Amino acid sequence: MNILAIIGQSVINWLTALGRGFMVLCGIVCHLRACWKRRREIVEQMHIMVIGSLTLVVTTAAFTGAITAVQTGYQMKNYVPMIFLGTIVAKSVVLEMGPVLAALVVGSRLSANYAAELGTMKVTEQLDAMEIMAIEPVQYLGLPRFVAGVLMMPVITLVADFIALISALIVSTLTLDVTVQTFTAGMRLFWDIADPITGLSKTFFFGGIIAMSGIYHGFATQGGAEGVGRSTMQAVVSTCLSVLVADYVLNTIFMQIIFGGRL
Amino acid sequence: MSDVLPTPPDLSVADPTSFAGVVVDQVSKRFGEKVVLDRCDLAINKGETLVVVGRSGQGKSVLLKHIVRLLEPDEGRIWVEGHEVTALERSPLMELRKKFGMLFQGSALFDSMTVCENIGLILEEHTDWPDERVRARACECLELVGLVGTEDKLPSALSGGMKKRAGLARAIVMEPEYILYDEPTTGLDPITADAINDLIIKLQRELNVTSIVVTHDMASAFKVGDRMAMLNDGRMVFHGTVDEVRGSDHPAVRQFIEGRADGPLGVF
Repeated sequence: MNILAIIGQSVINWLTALGRGFMVLCGIVCHLRACWKRRREIVEQMHIMVIGSLTLVVTTAAFTGAITAVQTGYQMKNYVPMIFLGTIVAKSVVLEMGPVLAALVVGSRLSANYAAELGTMKVTEQLDAMEIMAIEPVQYLGLPRFVAGVLMMPVITLVADFIALISALIVSTLTLDVTVQTFTAGMRLFWDIADPITGLSKTFFFGGIIAMSGIYHGFATQGGAEGVGRSTMQAVVSTCLSVLVADYVLNTIFMQIIFGGRL
Repeated sequence: MSDVLPTPPDLSVADPTSFAGVVVDQVSKRFGEKVVLDRCDLAINKGETLVVVGRSGQGKSVLLKHIVRLLEPDEGRIWVEGHEVTALERSPLMELRKKFGMLFQGSALFDSMTVCENIGLILEEHTDWPDERVRARACECLELVGLVGTEDKLPSALSGGMKKRAGLARAIVMEPEYILYDEPTTGLDPITADAINDLIIKLQRELNVTSIVVTHDMASAFKVGDRMAMLNDGRMVFHGTVDEVRGSDHPAVRQFIEGRADGPLGVF
């Protein structure tokens, strides 16, 4: 097979997967009216998502805030007044670092979890059993995970942002000789409500992408343990790539919509 | 090899729309290059137990899954009580599926739920019964299959035979009109297998269900079946009552019944 055929086949496979993923998403959207009926499952998934991810998110956010402060301080030293340290750190964390890193760590954990769980159910005929019982797997299993992902990702990001800023403040005061007053004054200096709105708006989409990636790859699992492993890996890879691509696209759109002509 | 196999019986039904039971009409299915079902015909009368026998990998489970459209046929049609299953929209298909219960080969119990929750799930979904009533009905079904005391256990805490019985309890909880059994005794010791056979017969008598049993366990087939059909290379090659199968002198049928490697049916 020549290289063009390989590339062509890969593109076809990718587009097929995209189409199938879109069909699963449409299935979930069609079942959105069943949210109240599925409230118990949704709350359960919210709990799994938030409580299970908390340690990971807090740790990641704490070190993200710390390293952002240290690196920014190092770059600014002798060139830029340190009052701008709080400004730069706050904007970085709220606009990018918080939402994207939280999405990447939570996404990896969650999409792997969903893909492995649903994939195992698929290969052990549990999804078939559900179908026989006239229960829609997309509604019973997909909808709660999707809704939990969309609703809880902003909450997790808020926690991540808060922890990262606190961490940056502590590291700045302890290692960079910046006072608390200077840091917080810097944070307020160019404060714009559009920053957190942009940062948090993206996370609804990130939550949806993460959940969809896990759900789609779980439902599409074929074979036995090897198939589950492959689905899990594909879910993590596609989550990470999709979050990064979506971040760029959403930023471009939100910059136009939210910031308008101000930039 | 095909010339030594019995002539495929004519199992077609003149008017499937008025047939009270299940009709499989010229169903074909292939996975890649492998033809699993090849113009397969079958008719199952209401209230009877039909056993589909055949060697492993001959398409028995695939046939079973087609009846409730867990798989879509490449060609052919399937009718249940006059409804063409293969042409139904999603919503009426789901309604039709409520008439079915199915025991899966690996039991397919939901491993995150207790035995009681597994059995009660379908009731929670399709009835407005309070939790106490759902639990009571689940316990009733567990009693019927001899699994009292396992209500709050997870499937991982059950043995293979217990899982089969729990799967059976789940299959009958809604009092279905049809029960599909996919290898109900495979992997079980002879005593547990016989207990499962007795359960199938008991359910047949008590609930008067139409049963389709897929198996390659001939002891089980002879015990539970009213009629028997033999599937080989995706085609129905023999069909008759249990006594007809027992009395058949055709080499291929005899080879399968007696479980011999030598004979017209190829081993590999």
